[in-house]
Amino acid sequence: MAVKTRRYSARDVTILVIGLGVAIVVNVGLIWGPTLASVGLSGTDWNGIGPIEWIGGENYADLAGEYPPFWSAVRNNVLWLGFLGLIATPFGLFCAVLLDRRLRLSRVYQSALYMPVVLSLAVVGFIAQLVYSSDYGVLNAVTGLTVDWLGDRSINIWVVMVAAGWRHVGYVMIIYLAGLKAVDPALKEAAAIDGASESQTFFRVVFPTLRPINVIVLVITVIEALRAFDIVYAINRGRNGLELLSVLVTENIVGEASRIGFGSAIAVILLAISLGFIVTYLSQLFREER
Amino acid sequence: MTLTAPVPARTSRRPAAPPRRPVRPLRVLLHVFLAMVALGWLTPLALAVYASLRPYDETARLGYLSLPEHLTLDYYGEAWSQAELPRYYLNTLVIVVPGVLITLMLASFTAFAIARLRIPGRRTLLIVFTAGNLLPPQVLLTPLYTLYTMIPLPAWLSDSQALYDSYLGLILIHVAFQFGFCVFVIANFMRTIPEEINEAALVDGAGVWRRYWQLTLPLCRPVLAALSTLQFTWMYNDFLWALVLMSSGDKLPVTSALNNLRGQFFTDYNLLAAGSVLVALPTLIVFQLLHKQFVAGLTLGSTKG
Repeated sequence: MAVKTRRYSARDVTILVIGLGVAIVVNVGLIWGPTLASVGLSGTDWNGIGPIEWIGGENYADLAGEYPPFWSAVRNNVLWLGFLGLIATPFGLFCAVLLDRRLRLSRVYQSALYMPVVLSLAVVGFIAQLVYSSDYGVLNAVTGLTVDWLGDRSINIWVVMVAAGWRHVGYVMIIYLAGLKAVDPALKEAAAIDGASESQTFFRVVFPTLRPINVIVLVITVIEALRAFDIVYAINRGRNGLELLSVLVTENIVGEASRIGFGSAIAVILLAISLGFIVTYLSQLFREER
Repeated sequence: MTLTAPVPARTSRRPAAPPRRPVRPLRVLLHVFLAMVALGWLTPLALAVYASLRPYDETARLGYLSLPEHLTLDYYGEAWSQAELPRYYLNTLVIVVPGVLITLMLASFTAFAIARLRIPGRRTLLIVFTAGNLLPPQVLLTPLYTLYTMIPLPAWLSDSQALYDSYLGLILIHVAFQFGFCVFVIANFMRTIPEEINEAALVDGAGVWRRYWQLTLPLCRPVLAALSTLQFTWMYNDFLWALVLMSSGDKLPVTSALNNLRGQFFTDYNLLAAGSVLVALPTLIVFQLLHKQFVAGLTLGSTKG
């Protein structure tokens, strides 16, 4: 502890205890406490008012067996993750690589790409309705189709993911651009002198040095995919093909029937998936620090 | 661009680009591609602005993609006065300003204790705080909602007499949720400040508070500026917390209130577009004015200081 014979006066200790104490109380009371409570409540049957009844794993069995929106939500979350991870994120990286050179108008292109990042996802959801509306939306007007993009449950998740990707690309691009600017130019020069083509230089030399950034982008992508909520809620409250795990949790408390135990079970599944990534990320982050 | 000619303009902080033959057609292609992407990215926003300027019956007849017959600012007036947007903006301010300030105060002090003082368990603390910020909010939503309904507040603090449906409740959850990220970023930044400053102060007998408030914090101005820009945007854009933890329609922040512009049976999307533009405006302005801080805030968390 107090190395180098550091002493704290009584006043110092008081300040530290108060400052850190408030931080810990707020964090435990509002974040980790409720998270653990989710785990506990997921084994119960409770409507929020009456007695709490312990029912073990029944909620989970119901989820998997008798609650169709659950599997459609799982599917949509996986699709969401796949779309962000395999299409939006690589496209953001691609744009960052293109913009990471001395280019006239580079700032203009960058601003355009990350303009959507500052928008609320709810606003993105509303704007999406102008584009996709079946009667007078722009997409149908341009393509001459009469598709009900947001109403047809076999396609609406795809067009909503495009809207979410619209925002995600800019986010990823900013982070990669900062990472690319930090890459030692001597590396690229050396590769060029050795006769490597530009794509070889990127994949063999630059990309491997971006590893810490890649991890961060991966985590951001996963977290964004699990958090996705506002946009579908703004469009149709996450129904009719737009079910997501986050929506199901929310519906179980703001909806008419408050099924706290059942909602918590869905939350625990979200928690299990996200904790896997969070632990991987943090262990990498803090291992590097040492 | 010749290979070795010094480039005069703004990018002088970077050494000369790797040798590349001046292949013009590729350069043009690059510009065409980027310009198309940029245009494509701006189109939805431009479309929202355009739709908000046209009467409903016109777009209902011709579609959104048509030449305008009438352009009007009526929808802005309607969103502003009938939907009472000013009141919701005020609600947002009541939540976001204390939210950002308290988050940064609490986070900077915690970061100071973690980065600068040898308190026991500081690594564990940092990990727990950072991890908390990464959880999807829905993981803790249900018990939090229940907790909020059970905590009583005096009537002068909240007319609902509970943490549920109170400004204080929303401020608290914003602080708690954003705190971890801020601690992580500020602590990383503080580690880059030379330790000697602290040592010297220690010799002078400065207490913890003085070292934090008078010596360390002023040096953290860049990171605090970046984080406040970012946090303002995030808290402003919040939709979920207000949706779940507020029940009185007149207390909603502006982003969530936007949902009110949607009718029960019929939605005038042009009005909704005007509302969306009005709601997006503050963040877009902040972004334009504090562009550098915003980008710095996003990247500070990723590139470790």
